[in-house]
Amino acid sequence: MLPQLESHMHQLEIATTQEALLDNPEMVLNMGPQHPSTHGVLRVILKLDGETVMDLDCDIGFLHRGMEKIAENRQYPMIAPYWDRLDYIAAVSNGLVWVETVEQVMGLDVPARAHYLRTILTELNRIASHLLWLATHALDIGAVTVLLWALREREEILKIFERQFGARLTCHAWRIGGLPNDAYEGFDSDVRRFVNNFPKRLDEYETVLSENRIWLSRTVGIGIISADEAVAIGLSGPSLRGSGVAWDIRKSRPYAAYADMVFDIPLGENGDTFDRYLVRLEEMRQSRRIIQQAIDKLPDGPVSAKLPKVIKPPAGDYYHSIEGPKGEIGCYLVSDGSAQPYRVRVRPPSLINLQALRQMCIGHLVADVVAIIGTLDIVLGEIDR
Amino acid sequence: MIMLALFAPVNFINDLLSRFFAPETINNVVWPVIQIGVVVTVVATWVAYGTYLERKISAFMQARLGPMRVGPWGLLQPIADGLKLLTKEDFIPEKADRWIFFFAPYIAVVAAFVVFSVIPFGPDWAVITDVNIGLLFVIAVSSVGVLALILAGWASNSKYSLLGGLRSSAQMVSYEVGMGLALIGGIMFARTLSLSGIVAAQAFDSIWFIVYQPAGFLIFLVSGIAENNRAPFDLPEAESELVAGFHTEYSGFRWSLFFMAEYAAMVVVSAVATTVYLGGWYFPFVYKLEVSGWHNAYVIVSFLVFIIKLSLILYLYFWLRWTLPRFRYDQLMDIGWKWLIPSALINIVFTAFSVFLVQALDGWHGLRTIESMTQGLNLTATGKVIMIGLGLVGLLLTGGLLSLINWRSRDFHLKSQRRNIRLVSVPSGTSAVASTRPAAAATES
Repeated sequence: MLPQLESHMHQLEIATTQEALLDNPEMVLNMGPQHPSTHGVLRVILKLDGETVMDLDCDIGFLHRGMEKIAENRQYPMIAPYWDRLDYIAAVSNGLVWVETVEQVMGLDVPARAHYLRTILTELNRIASHLLWLATHALDIGAVTVLLWALREREEILKIFERQFGARLTCHAWRIGGLPNDAYEGFDSDVRRFVNNFPKRLDEYETVLSENRIWLSRTVGIGIISADEAVAIGLSGPSLRGSGVAWDIRKSRPYAAYADMVFDIPLGENGDTFDRYLVRLEEMRQSRRIIQQAIDKLPDGPVSAKLPKVIKPPAGDYYHSIEGPKGEIGCYLVSDGSAQPYRVRVRPPSLINLQALRQMCIGHLVADVVAIIGTLDIVLGEIDR
Repeated sequence: MIMLALFAPVNFINDLLSRFFAPETINNVVWPVIQIGVVVTVVATWVAYGTYLERKISAFMQARLGPMRVGPWGLLQPIADGLKLLTKEDFIPEKADRWIFFFAPYIAVVAAFVVFSVIPFGPDWAVITDVNIGLLFVIAVSSVGVLALILAGWASNSKYSLLGGLRSSAQMVSYEVGMGLALIGGIMFARTLSLSGIVAAQAFDSIWFIVYQPAGFLIFLVSGIAENNRAPFDLPEAESELVAGFHTEYSGFRWSLFFMAEYAAMVVVSAVATTVYLGGWYFPFVYKLEVSGWHNAYVIVSFLVFIIKLSLILYLYFWLRWTLPRFRYDQLMDIGWKWLIPSALINIVFTAFSVFLVQALDGWHGLRTIESMTQGLNLTATGKVIMIGLGLVGLLLTGGLLSLINWRSRDFHLKSQRRNIRLVSVPSGTSAVASTRPAAAATES
């Protein structure tokens, strides 16, 4: 262990074990790992004065499954299902980053239909992930009914996933080179029905929250992070765009069929919780726009490229990233030319977004910590891997 | 007639009792005990079915069914829940203060249930007892409930419980002030603290006080919701922040006592609001039953009227809970001290002024405003019109003055603070951060 880190851990240990004295105004509060609103097994150690957060530290790793190490002992096609379990809320996007990395390394010619189907399904997954974020974020702030309303919409998407992939949550969506099978019969009408119904429902959620005084007073001006700070920390996804930085990998390094799609990037102004909320809502509308275009232009043809019997990428270092629902999810691959990767490293957006938590929370109240964890939209499966 | 038949046993029981007890004992001891038994049973059932109603109503709001498995439409669910809670382990944490931990739930339940002894559920025998300081008694006893929450929070020896206890003590103490002050307006019209007297002042040829006192009713309702720790003011038990607040460490039957106390306190506040502002058990034309000689039927129908009015306020509780997000602690204190208490004070001053004005106008140029002063302030038609007008003026005045006071607070101009997001269309393939922020673009390349 690095000496620096060691002394830090030591301090942390002292902080948690010291006797709480009556004349000491500071209280150390362990939030998690078993806490209803840390979005999984995140442990946040709060130093409180009354209810004001003086300092904060995160303890992670409760969900560590050693996925990067497992990947060193698996053949390339066998790794994809592990990737589905990184961010289990956005399994489709996570699977895509792995198969696209390998495809680009191998130089495979993926057919256009596969690209379009991937676009539709990853965008549906983005909507599902954002809906779950909306549900839990609203629940954290106390609006319970929005939770069930948002899950109702998500259910429609999960039904499409179940019919297409045979699974609802951890769907093993892609194979290297394309899709395992073509879109199911009725896929077109299911997606169109969802696309048509969705805006109405989204407006409904907006009326419950965006115009609500309590919601505004809980989110406006909470957890502000400026554009420069956000870039310095390395935030990505809606958390970055909420601060007003127009950075979207779908635009800057288009993958799948995004180069053919017309869509806008929503940007916030203040970088507070309310801006990030609006950005995510608008992203859902833009995703719907992309799905609409992709389903209209969906080309015919095969859905998979011709593959060699054993996938052996040439030796070298490769990096590929896509715009996941939570931010830039990247995959750094070191190949030694064998059928198994030498080393794989994931760039987890949640982990890097979580680094902003301390900066955002200090000076706010305990209730705001919950709101800020919600607005960062973290998933512990991806942080701990 | 069915009602009468139903209540034939009353006379029968009277006859039966007179064989064993002296008539004074029957009136002073036996009947009160029966009344208390009936009220406790009815309230306990009402509390249990309050949970059922809340679950059903929230389910309908959220596009689901709610409890459906136990009995038809899940009607037996509260009984199943009660049995489950009774048979659960009564766990006391090792480091807890055993005795205080043990007794805190009882204080909560007792404080909530004792109040029912003075609530007039109906005329005649539907009142257990009528104390002449009834309203004062209600406020005093129900504020003992806060002690239970503080003790529970402290005795659990858990940080979440402690925070919950602290929050609840601050919250309930501040909102109790607003609640008590809001009631004074009503008392000025009733000219008595006895709850039966307050109902009598609104019954028959007078008007429900909600019409005279719209501002007071609103202040009372909001303070009451906060006083009961219900959403959007449910901070002491905010599950997303404090797990379960002061009852985090409680389980089984002791936990259910807290739950019962919460629902009973809700019923109490609704009952007081009904009594003081909505005319209690009184409803026009029900009195005709009494005139026709059907006394017991009259009492029962009045009781039902009371329950229906009370349920409407309870429904408001459920409705708010499942619609609104939760306030933050400091915002809650702001509302209490910067809005509700000042507005209650303004309301008192203005109500006193309008009562004085109406009395002063009586006899001025032959104007008749006051009918009688024996049972509350009984106004003539002219007086009523003047008073209703003054009530509306009071509502506007309170709102206006408070807006002036709070003009400079941050939350007042919240809607103008929200900004819309911008939509930027970036051409595909430009591998740089868009031109909006030069510093950011430099970092990316």
